[in-house]
Amino acid sequence: MMSKRLSRHVKAEIDRWTAIFPADQKQSAVLAALREAQHENKGFLTRELMDAVADYLEMPRIAVYEVASFYSMLETEPCGRHSVSVCTNISCMLRGADDIVAHIENKLGIKVGESTGDDRIYLKQEEECLAACCGAPMMMVDHKYYENLTPEIVDQVLDGLK
Amino acid sequence: MSDSPIKIEIDGREVEARPGQMLIEVTDRIGNYVPRFCYHDKLTVAANCRMCLVEVEKAPKPLPACATPVMNGMKVHTRSELALDAQKSVMEFLLINHPLDCPICDQGGECELQDLAMGYGRDVSRYQEKKRVVQDKNIGPLVQTDMTRCIHCTRCVRFGEEIAGLRELGATGRSEFMEIGTYIEKSMASELSGNVIDLCPVGALTSKPFRYTARTWEMTQHNGIASHDGAGSNIHFHVKDDRVKRVVPAENEDINEVWLSDRDRFSYEGLNSAERLTVPMIRHERGWQEVGWQTALEHIAGKLRSVIERHGADKVGALVSPSSTCEELYLAQKFMRGIGSGNIDHRLRQTDFSDQDAAPAYPGLGLTFPGVEQLDAALIVGGYPRKDQPIFNHRLRKAALAGARVMAINPVDFSFNFDIAHKRIASPAKLVRELAAVLKAAVDNAGKDVAPGALLNPIRLGADHVSMARELIEADRTAVFIGPLGLSHPQLSQLRFLAATLAQRVSGTLGYLEYGANSAGAWLAGAVPHRSPGMAHAGIPGLDATAMLTRQLAAYLLLDADPDLDFYDGKLAREALAGAECVVAVTGYKRAAEYADVLLPMALYGENPGSYLNMEGRRQGFDAVVPPPGSARPAWKIICSLAGGQGLSGFRYDEFGEVRAETAEMMGEVEPDNAGAWSKPETLSLGREGEGLQRIGYVPMNSVDALVRHAPALQRTEDVADDSVRINRKTARRLGLDELERVKVTGQSAELLLPLKIDDAVADDCALIHGGHAGSAGLGPLSGQVSLDSA
Repeated sequence: MMSKRLSRHVKAEIDRWTAIFPADQKQSAVLAALREAQHENKGFLTRELMDAVADYLEMPRIAVYEVASFYSMLETEPCGRHSVSVCTNISCMLRGADDIVAHIENKLGIKVGESTGDDRIYLKQEEECLAACCGAPMMMVDHKYYENLTPEIVDQVLDGLK
Repeated sequence: MSDSPIKIEIDGREVEARPGQMLIEVTDRIGNYVPRFCYHDKLTVAANCRMCLVEVEKAPKPLPACATPVMNGMKVHTRSELALDAQKSVMEFLLINHPLDCPICDQGGECELQDLAMGYGRDVSRYQEKKRVVQDKNIGPLVQTDMTRCIHCTRCVRFGEEIAGLRELGATGRSEFMEIGTYIEKSMASELSGNVIDLCPVGALTSKPFRYTARTWEMTQHNGIASHDGAGSNIHFHVKDDRVKRVVPAENEDINEVWLSDRDRFSYEGLNSAERLTVPMIRHERGWQEVGWQTALEHIAGKLRSVIERHGADKVGALVSPSSTCEELYLAQKFMRGIGSGNIDHRLRQTDFSDQDAAPAYPGLGLTFPGVEQLDAALIVGGYPRKDQPIFNHRLRKAALAGARVMAINPVDFSFNFDIAHKRIASPAKLVRELAAVLKAAVDNAGKDVAPGALLNPIRLGADHVSMARELIEADRTAVFIGPLGLSHPQLSQLRFLAATLAQRVSGTLGYLEYGANSAGAWLAGAVPHRSPGMAHAGIPGLDATAMLTRQLAAYLLLDADPDLDFYDGKLAREALAGAECVVAVTGYKRAAEYADVLLPMALYGENPGSYLNMEGRRQGFDAVVPPPGSARPAWKIICSLAGGQGLSGFRYDEFGEVRAETAEMMGEVEPDNAGAWSKPETLSLGREGEGLQRIGYVPMNSVDALVRHAPALQRTEDVADDSVRINRKTARRLGLDELERVKVTGQSAELLLPLKIDDAVADDCALIHGGHAGSAGLGPLSGQVSLDSA
């Protein structure tokens, strides 16, 4: 079975990481490799990409599947372009995070874990603490934090996503 | 750290231990059982089930015995209140998500979780929430999954990585959502996959063919010896109602340790096949007739007498399976030589017999299995031990993991489960040239006088040959192994001469990876035309397996051998049988009706007593554990009856013990000396350019004999013969065939339309067309030139 080829950029990035590790421990670069491959593929990994990473790093394919399915920053299913995670841990919960989640679900017409039909927004998960309790309730959109949320602020942020 | 023993105290008893040993090894040794799920003495320590927690004085909390190294003066309590409390708590957690479906679980009755829950579980669960459910996976025809039962011990995952050398199972997901599986829909490809059934401490991985057919406590356990390769793996038959319900490994640290190949584990299904022959049958003009034994034996007696009278005894030949027992083979040759014929052979897939007179007592491994583990370098010529002899391969893999340099000269780039240090992938026509080049490099490197003389002059060396020779010379303990593809090679005698000379040069051993379970025994029992039992010179000259077919005999006796599937040249065999006056098949299956005149139903593996000599030369006896179906009889009795029909004396045995004793005495205790080159050829067949496409007649592991061919689950694996033609992309392009689905294959005497597959593992200018498949048997010999055309 021929694996889908990795782009030159991804390979260069993997090579940069493998150079840091001992020659017989190329698999240490697997996280960086998957992150880069995911980044180039609209934010999620396909089996072909995972296989290509495995072959490039000379790892058993199942070992790459293990890593990809373990870490929450790696997606193994197609998902929307923008990743939205709302914290529902204790501080946020006390400050109305559940209402925020309900508002988003209502507004977008999807449940947590789903993406909008136009692939614009991926309502990733109810996060555990993201260390922004002083601004509860909060959410993370892509890599950015939004705090002291109200339905209006949420609307503003989500509507601003392209 | 010094290696002198240290003293520790376990449950108040002072014991010695080696520094660095884990606590559980010491408690196991002295018999103080500590409960465990993830620990297994053949696997690395994972310490993830936490069941083996014990109290260690001065440690702040209970420690896992499997991952706690012993320390001098350590005081351990395995059953103190603290230890038991810890063990019981772990058990409660393990049972949270485990279903209470023991009554419908195949593992019930032999389940480690069930057993330990008896000792450490609570009567009533405090957990009242929903249990998690895990979707079952289909991981192939052999292993059944019920993943809701999995307790994540990861023994199966570690087995794949450490023993099978093929990491197929893994733990995907995280926390509550972690699952053991293949992640993608995939069948396990390891030839040792069935061992995860034994390793799994719960009912998550169980035997698919065995599923729901018996409860463990209904079966009785009997010892046996596996019958498909020369390893002689020790097994247990599990029997219920006079049927073999399953086969599991019996522990033997010297041979199979605790493992078993899938072929040996699941071939018992062939015993219960609907295709079994259960009554003697005679072919008449109007078709087949079922008859009694008396009638069948009288019919054969008359036919044979008539053939011997009119054509002479030398027109009778016996072709016998290399997996027959020593006793069957001994009696078969005694019968043949008794009637005055020396025509007996078990080397059915061999074609070059030219050097047989110089052969040692039997072509064995030349090493013990533990000895294989000690090798520093090895060269395989024409073999794929991973599939052909999985238990031998396991030892070779251990050597390789310990740093041994294993090399191969093969016509197919087989996927070994360890690193191959150097390889040459070449057409069978070039195999002699390749091996000769390694020898030449070894001779040059050694700087000694050139024993093979001028033979090696025309050989040109490549960098690989030089590297291979250097590895062999520099290593301490070395071996050269000739595998099945070498044994079926038309220039076997040349390969053997080169391999033996090479082994001598590098002070190593020459070993054979033969077909069948008992080829070593067959040689010593006298089932070869030129030797009587015990390596004695045969008084009556006889024909080898190929000559018996090319010289058209009048009567053939087949013992557990299918002409089109078990022979070097299936077409030749079928034609010779068709041209004979009388063909008697002593066989397990009805299929023999296609080519025989009389069918005598025989008892198969598990149904008859006997003994095997394994590839190390180790003799192992076994008893019948179930009766054969219908009126089938053990072949040793059948042969005695045939001998009686010819008025031969010396075949009256009151019980099998007498046959066993006589066979053992006649075979003697001969030690083979593989070391010498058998005989020096006049010239070497070096292969020329433009010789055309060469057939590679490899026989996949689950098609090697009648029993496995009738085992349904094994027939659904990847390792079975098919009728396709496999060529590499380059060859396909050169021949303009790369877009075709079927091609016309022209062999020496036949033309067939066969499916085409592109397989880049095949050497250039070769066509891999499996042996052991009826669809391609019409092509003739397993090797030689074939041509491909668009249909």
